[in-house]
Amino acid sequence: MNYSYYPGCTLKTKAQNLEKFALHSAQALGVNLVEQEEWQCCGAVYPLSTDEIATKLASVRSLAAARDKGESLVTLCAACHQLMKRVNHDMQTKEDMREKVNNYLQLDDNYQGESKVIHYLELLRDEIGFETLAQKVKVPLKGRKVAAYYGCLLLRPKEIMNFDDPERPTVLEDFLESLGASAIHYPYKTECCGGYLSVDKEEVVEQMVDNIIRSALEQGAEEIVTACPLCKYNLENSRLCSKGEISISYFTELLAEALDVKEA
Amino acid sequence: MQRVGVFICWCGTNISSTVNIDEVVAAVKNMPGVVYSKDYQYMCSEVGQNLVKDAIKEHNLTRVVVAACSPRMHESTFRKAAKAAGLNPYLLEIANIREHCSWVHKDKKAATQKAISLTKAAVAKAILNQPLIPGEVGVEQRALVIGGGIAGIQTALDIADAGYEVDLVEKTPSIGGKMAQLDKTFPTLDCSACILTPKMVDASMHDKINIYSYSEVEEVNGFVGNFEVVIKQKARSIDMEKCTGCGICLAKCPAKTALSEFEEGLSKRAAIYTPFPQAVPNVPVIDRETCTKFRTGKCGVCAKVCPTGAIDYEQKDERLNQKYGAIIVTTGYDLINLDSFGEYQYADHPDVITGLEFERLVNAAGPTAGKLVRPSDKKKPKKVVFIQCVGSRDKSERGKSYCSKICCMYTAKHAMLLRDKYPDCEAYVFYIDVRTAGKGFEEFQRRAVENYGVNYIKGMVGKIFPTGDKLKVNGVDALSGEVLEIDADMVVLASATQAKPGASDVGRMLSISTDRDNFFTEAHPKLRPVETHCAGIYLAGACQGPKDIPETVAQASAAAAKAIGILSKSKLVNNPCVSQVDESVCSGCLACTKMCPYEAITEKMVEQKVHGKIRRRRVAEVNAALCQGCGGCTVTCRPGAIDLKGFSNKQILAEVDAICQ
Repeated sequence: MNYSYYPGCTLKTKAQNLEKFALHSAQALGVNLVEQEEWQCCGAVYPLSTDEIATKLASVRSLAAARDKGESLVTLCAACHQLMKRVNHDMQTKEDMREKVNNYLQLDDNYQGESKVIHYLELLRDEIGFETLAQKVKVPLKGRKVAAYYGCLLLRPKEIMNFDDPERPTVLEDFLESLGASAIHYPYKTECCGGYLSVDKEEVVEQMVDNIIRSALEQGAEEIVTACPLCKYNLENSRLCSKGEISISYFTELLAEALDVKEA
Repeated sequence: MQRVGVFICWCGTNISSTVNIDEVVAAVKNMPGVVYSKDYQYMCSEVGQNLVKDAIKEHNLTRVVVAACSPRMHESTFRKAAKAAGLNPYLLEIANIREHCSWVHKDKKAATQKAISLTKAAVAKAILNQPLIPGEVGVEQRALVIGGGIAGIQTALDIADAGYEVDLVEKTPSIGGKMAQLDKTFPTLDCSACILTPKMVDASMHDKINIYSYSEVEEVNGFVGNFEVVIKQKARSIDMEKCTGCGICLAKCPAKTALSEFEEGLSKRAAIYTPFPQAVPNVPVIDRETCTKFRTGKCGVCAKVCPTGAIDYEQKDERLNQKYGAIIVTTGYDLINLDSFGEYQYADHPDVITGLEFERLVNAAGPTAGKLVRPSDKKKPKKVVFIQCVGSRDKSERGKSYCSKICCMYTAKHAMLLRDKYPDCEAYVFYIDVRTAGKGFEEFQRRAVENYGVNYIKGMVGKIFPTGDKLKVNGVDALSGEVLEIDADMVVLASATQAKPGASDVGRMLSISTDRDNFFTEAHPKLRPVETHCAGIYLAGACQGPKDIPETVAQASAAAAKAIGILSKSKLVNNPCVSQVDESVCSGCLACTKMCPYEAITEKMVEQKVHGKIRRRRVAEVNAALCQGCGGCTVTCRPGAIDLKGFSNKQILAEVDAICQ
C-alpha cells in the first residue's frame, strides 16, 4: 500500500529517531511511505493566523501533490500533522481562502481540500489495525510500564483532528497494549508541556513538565513515549529526567523494538 | 360574480416594517373580484375584527381574504368573525404575509412584491371557495397519560378528580420518576418522598385511574376525541393479582449483579426487583437479562420461596387496544452522558459524581442509609467541590446550548445539606452565573452563602487531577483572576439535562413536533404552552423543556384542565376539509387506498348505466370520519377524481396561476 509521506524539518534534524524507526517499522508492516518530492517546511505555528495566506501555501502544495498521486498524506510530527489537517480543513470550508490560495498557486487543477491527511498513529490504528499489528510483533514488550504522553497538540482541536477524544484519549494506550507493553494511565497525559516557553520562560516549563512526569511516576510508569518532538525536548530537559528517574522516547522507537527492526 | 373583501394587517411593525402596506392596498384594488380593501394596525383586535364584520354586511361581501399572520395563529379567529357576520366561515381565506414573508425577509421591495403575490393567490383561491359545514364526532371520555413521574401523576389525579377515567402508562416498573430519587426539595427543603409518595398512593387507589407500569405506548392512531392506542405491557414474570409484595423473592434471589437504576448505579440489585421500597405498584419484575433462570434455565429460587405462587416465567408481553379522547405526554428528562467530559474524570473516578448520585448518597433510603461518604473508600469527605453548568450553556457538540434551569438551585441545596450534616466540611461551588428566578429561590441561595458558609467561586474548573487519595481541582476565580487548586475529596457535577433519548420516536408516533434538542414543542411558547399542534395532545413537565418541580406540577394541572375541556364535551366538531371522490371519474385503481395513512379510503361497488345496460363497477370511497384532510390521495389519483374539500385541485391551481401571472 502506497502513501505520500510528509516528514517536516524537525524530523530531519532534532527528531531523526522519530522518523527513522517509523520508516523501518512501516517497511516491516508492508506499508510503503514515499517521501514527497521537494516538500517545504509546513510553517510551524505561523499558518494558524486566520488572515495570512502566504504561510499556508507550502502545506497546500504538499496536500495537492498527494491528491495528484491519489494517495493519503501521512504525517508523523505532531506539529506538522496539526498544520496539514488545519490548512486542509480551511481549504475545505473557507471559500475566501480557497480562492486566494488557488489564485496564487495557479495549480493545473485547483485544490479544494480533497486529500486525506492521517497521522502515523491513525495509519497503524485505522489502516493496518492494532490487532494485525499485535500479530506482527516479534519481541513483545512484556512487563514494560509505559506512560503515553499526548501533549496538547496531537488531538486538538477535536473537530478538525478527528482522531481521538482529546480529554480522554486511548489511541496511544491501545497502541502500547498491542505491542505487549502495560500502558500506564495518569491524569496529566493530555496536559501541555509548555511548548515554546522553554525558549524564554524555562521555570514555567519546568513546573509543567514536573507535574506530568511526577503524575506518571506516581502511577508506576518507568518510561514515557510521545509523538511530538517539542514535547520530547521539554520532557527530556526536565530535572527528573536528567536525574535518570524516567526515560523519554518516541512511540516509533518502541514500535521498531517490538517489530525487531530497531537495528535495521 | 363573487364580491371579495381584502383586509391587510400591519401586525404593529411585524409586517409593516418589511412590507409596504400602502403598495399592497393599491395592488389589491386591481385584483379581479376585489370590491373592498382595508388595512389596519392589528386586524386580530376587536376593532379589527369589527372592520371585517361590518364590511361583510355593508358591502355584501361573499368572500373574505385576510392578509396577516399564519393561519395556525388566527384563522379560527377570523372564521368566527366571518360567521358572526353571516358568512360561511370556510369562505374566508388567510394570506400568510408574516411568517412566510415579513419575518423571513429583509429587502422591503422584494418582500412587498411577495406579499402582493401571496394575497393575489389567496384572492384567486377564495373566489373558488365553497361553503362547508362541519359534522360532529363523539368523544371517548377517557384520557391517556404517558409517563408516570410527578407530571404524569399530577395530571392523572386532576383529570380523575374531575370524574374521567385515566390510564397512566409508565415504562419502568414503578411510577414516581426522577422526583422519587430526590432527597430534599428546594426552596423549602421538605422531603421529596414525604410529598411524592402520598400522591403515588392516591393515584394507585383512585377508582378512576388505571396504572400500566412496565408498559409502553406502541402505536397511536385516530384524532382528537377518538385516539386509538396500543399499549404494550411488558412481561413482568409476576402475576400481579397473586403478588402481595412481601419481598421474600427479592431477598432470596442469588443473582445480585445488576446495577440499580434507581440508585444511579451506586449499588446493586437482584434480578427480581422493585426499584425502591415505596414503589407503586409494589410488585417486582424479573430482569430477564440478569436472571439466572432465564439465562441458564437453572435456579427458580423466587418461584420456590414465593408464598402465593405469583412467579410466572412463561408470562409474555401483552398488547392492549384502548380508545382515548385526549393524550397527555409527560415523559420527563434525563441527564447527559458525561463520558466526553474527560477533564472532569467522571467515568474514571468513583468520587466524581453527578447531582442525582449525590441525592442518593444523602438520602436516608439510599445505598449508604443517608451517610454521606465517598463512594471509593466510604470515608467522610472534608472538602467537596461542586461544578455547575457541566454541559449546560455549552454550544460545543458535547454540550447543550440551553440552561438546564434546576442546577443552580439543587447545587445550593446540596451544599447546604452537606454543611448541615458536616459543619467541618468545606464546600466550594464553581459557577458561570447563579440563576435563581423563582419564588423564594434567591433567598434560598443567599442562605447557602450567608448562613451556611458555602464558598461560591465565579469561574470554571479546567481539569481535575486525581492525585493520591485527593482530587486536585484546578480552576480559576474569574473575579480575582487567580488560578485555584483545591484538594477535594469529592466532586459533584451539575450535569446538563436533556430530552429522553426516545423522545423523537414518541414524537413521531404521536405526530407532535420536537425542537432541535428533542424537547416537545408547544403550540405557542407564550399563549398555548401545554398544547401541541396536534389537537387533543398536551404536554407537561420536563419533556417540553428543563423544569423544576413547582413549574412541572403547575403545567401538569394546566394540561389536565385542557384535557378535561375535551373530555367534558359529548361531541366535537370535526374538520369538514376531507377528501371526496367523483365516482363518475374514478377508475377504481385504488392507488389512493394504499397511500392513505389513516385507512380512510375503501372500495365500493356502484351500478352504472352504460349504453342502456347496467354495469357494476369498483370505485373508491372516503370515510369522512377517518379522513384527516392530508391531501395525499388527491395527488396520488391518476384520473384526478379525488378532491380535498376547501383545497380542491382547481383552487390550488388558481393560486399557482395567480402567482405566476
